Amino acid sequence: MPRILSRRQFVAATAAGSAALMTAPFVRGAYAAGKVSIAFWDHWVPGANDVMTKLVKAWADKEKVEAQIDYIPSQGNKNLLSITAESQAKAGHDIFAMPTWWPQAYADQIEPVNDIMEPLIKQNGKVNETVEYLGRAGDKWLGVPATAGSQVKGPCSRIDLMKQFANIDVQAMYPPGAKAQADNWTLDTFLKAAEACHKGGKPFGIGLGETSDSVDAAGAFLRAFGGELVNAKGDIAVKSDAVRQWLEFYKKLISFMPADVTAWDDSSNNKWLVSGNGALIMNPPSSWAVAKRDAPKIAEQCWTHGMPAGPKGRFSPFLPFFWSIWGFSKNKAAAKSLLVYLSQPEQAEAMVTASGGYDLPSFASMTKFKIWAEEAPPKGTLYHYPNPDHLDTWSIAASPAPPKIAQQIYAQATMTKMCVRYAQGEAMEKTLSWAEGELEGFMRT
Amino acid sequence: MVDAAQSMIQPVKARTTRSGLRKFFERKSTIAFFMALPLMLLIAIMVIYPAFYSLHLATLNKSMQRFVGFGNFTFLFKRETFWMVVQQSCFFAITAVIFKALIGFVVAHLVHNLPDKGQRKWRGMLLVPWVIPPAMSTLAWLWLFDPSYSAFNWILAQVGIGPIPWTGDASWARFSVILVNIWAGAPFFLIMYLAALKSVPEQLYEAAAIDGANWWQRIWYITLPMMRNIIAITTLFSLIVTFANFDIVRILTAGGPLDKTHLFATWAFRIGIEGNDIPLGASISLFMVPILAIAAIFILRDINKRGNEA
Repeated sequence: MPRILSRRQFVAATAAGSAALMTAPFVRGAYAAGKVSIAFWDHWVPGANDVMTKLVKAWADKEKVEAQIDYIPSQGNKNLLSITAESQAKAGHDIFAMPTWWPQAYADQIEPVNDIMEPLIKQNGKVNETVEYLGRAGDKWLGVPATAGSQVKGPCSRIDLMKQFANIDVQAMYPPGAKAQADNWTLDTFLKAAEACHKGGKPFGIGLGETSDSVDAAGAFLRAFGGELVNAKGDIAVKSDAVRQWLEFYKKLISFMPADVTAWDDSSNNKWLVSGNGALIMNPPSSWAVAKRDAPKIAEQCWTHGMPAGPKGRFSPFLPFFWSIWGFSKNKAAAKSLLVYLSQPEQAEAMVTASGGYDLPSFASMTKFKIWAEEAPPKGTLYHYPNPDHLDTWSIAASPAPPKIAQQIYAQATMTKMCVRYAQGEAMEKTLSWAEGELEGFMRT
Repeated sequence: MVDAAQSMIQPVKARTTRSGLRKFFERKSTIAFFMALPLMLLIAIMVIYPAFYSLHLATLNKSMQRFVGFGNFTFLFKRETFWMVVQQSCFFAITAVIFKALIGFVVAHLVHNLPDKGQRKWRGMLLVPWVIPPAMSTLAWLWLFDPSYSAFNWILAQVGIGPIPWTGDASWARFSVILVNIWAGAPFFLIMYLAALKSVPEQLYEAAAIDGANWWQRIWYITLPMMRNIIAITTLFSLIVTFANFDIVRILTAGGPLDKTHLFATWAFRIGIEGNDIPLGASISLFMVPILAIAAIFILRDINKRGNEA
């Protein structure tokens, strides 16, 4: 005879069952906590992906989660295409390593991670203003700043050539293991050094094409003058004295650089340094790493350091990646657990070490890992790369414009186009009016 | 009685249906349809669906949440860069197609007049630029045009000619992308024209020779009229492919300097994917359709007219 449950018994059984389910999300069976798929940026440093795989595997084994990793390269914008496809299909990886503007672009489709970001900030220290600008929409954190792939594109100078032609000792200015002595490292000094090196036949090589490296440099110099193309409120602010000063500065700088900088892409500055032709480029340590492999004599003379100060300070171009969780993810709890694990100092240091010092964590307490002090030759060449004295403000070109407008300014290289137009003889006001017209077009919603 | 009659009719009916079905499946048109079905499905999935989807995308606002009708197109019509891209695309496609056709025509004649023995080798060699994937061959061109280490500039320097900014100056950059497109596309014209030349009856030339026609008259009154349809079709096909070119410009100049080498496809990619404005990117790429449709109508109408005259 079937047993009939009373109402009380039914309610009690249901409550007990629910409580058991809620309190036991990670039952210790093989892959009991489900599956997580991650799209990481495909690191250019050999071996860096292996370390990432090892870290994820260690977490997955501990948490009994099946983790599936895809490394997606940024060459040919493959990662951007995949992000766009996944957002359209509303299916794909649980976690995606999104570069710079993409968390904001898909803010509506991304799972907020305030519940893990706030404790991480408490634990690891504050994040810089660019991470806040790119990673937060209102009160919603759109991702955890990724260590892997995040980079600063400050200057990398040739010690010997800067001494020989510009009488500047970059090692004394940015000594290894000690505070920077860079008071005299200003935009005026920078311009004089560019002229001296140009006369010496070893010019600075800063691109003015339409790719990221060129745009980043132009944006950082603009901020140093206090200029904005569009302000934080979304108003066009291109016709300002600061922007005019910046254009004048760039016109002079272009005259001291190789004639073909307008055609440079992101590999051109690397080649410029490695070939031994240039005294200074703006890049993360990737070009130094290539020089170490292909032209060790040149690598021995490379020194990575901070930006020159302008009227409004020192601004370094910073390009963070974010590990974001798609709203359609089926295992958000496990995804968040993984991101917390990867954001621990121990894991961050493992990634930085595997990348030869290239990767940059965004948290304030993570700027003094051993690798940056020890990397050589010459020893200490990367010591100032993570901005240990917090002398530079890490910024991204086109900020502080609202991110969706800024992304257009950045992608369409409005800033470098302005510099090239003006340097090629266009009247200042005509260049500014052209830019104003472009910016009006970027305002569409 | 009626029941018995009905029970006799039913198997006959079934037999008739079966044989009708069999006849249907044995029909040549049915077999042709089923054999073409996989391709039709492929085209439906890979071409028709994306085409309609991009039409749908082009009618949305930037955040893809609101229907804006032709709003994206009217916005584009007001942009200076858009009209520059229209001009550049037309200039790029028309110049490249004219030169590809001319080179193809001349080289086809040269190859046609070669002795049969060596002709196959020449045909094979001349087709190489066309059979190499363009992304790969353009990378080789990129190294030849490299801003700082151009192999061409190195050669020019040996004879005292200063470095040419192949991809750094707007005019030279346009020249470079057109040159590479001609290099990659001319063999297609060559092979099509060669096939057409081989099908021109030799008797026509013999008759012309008896009438005392010179070389130019033979070309003008025999070769060209006999090749007209092939010339029209290759021109149309090449115009479409050249107009929609992406890889050569993307790899060589990425649209620069100052957007002076952008074509519809490269600009659509810049706006749609890199700038994350997918509806506007879709609108830009769709703008190619009416231009190419008008060209196709004119060229195909001409072919039909000649076909009817014949």
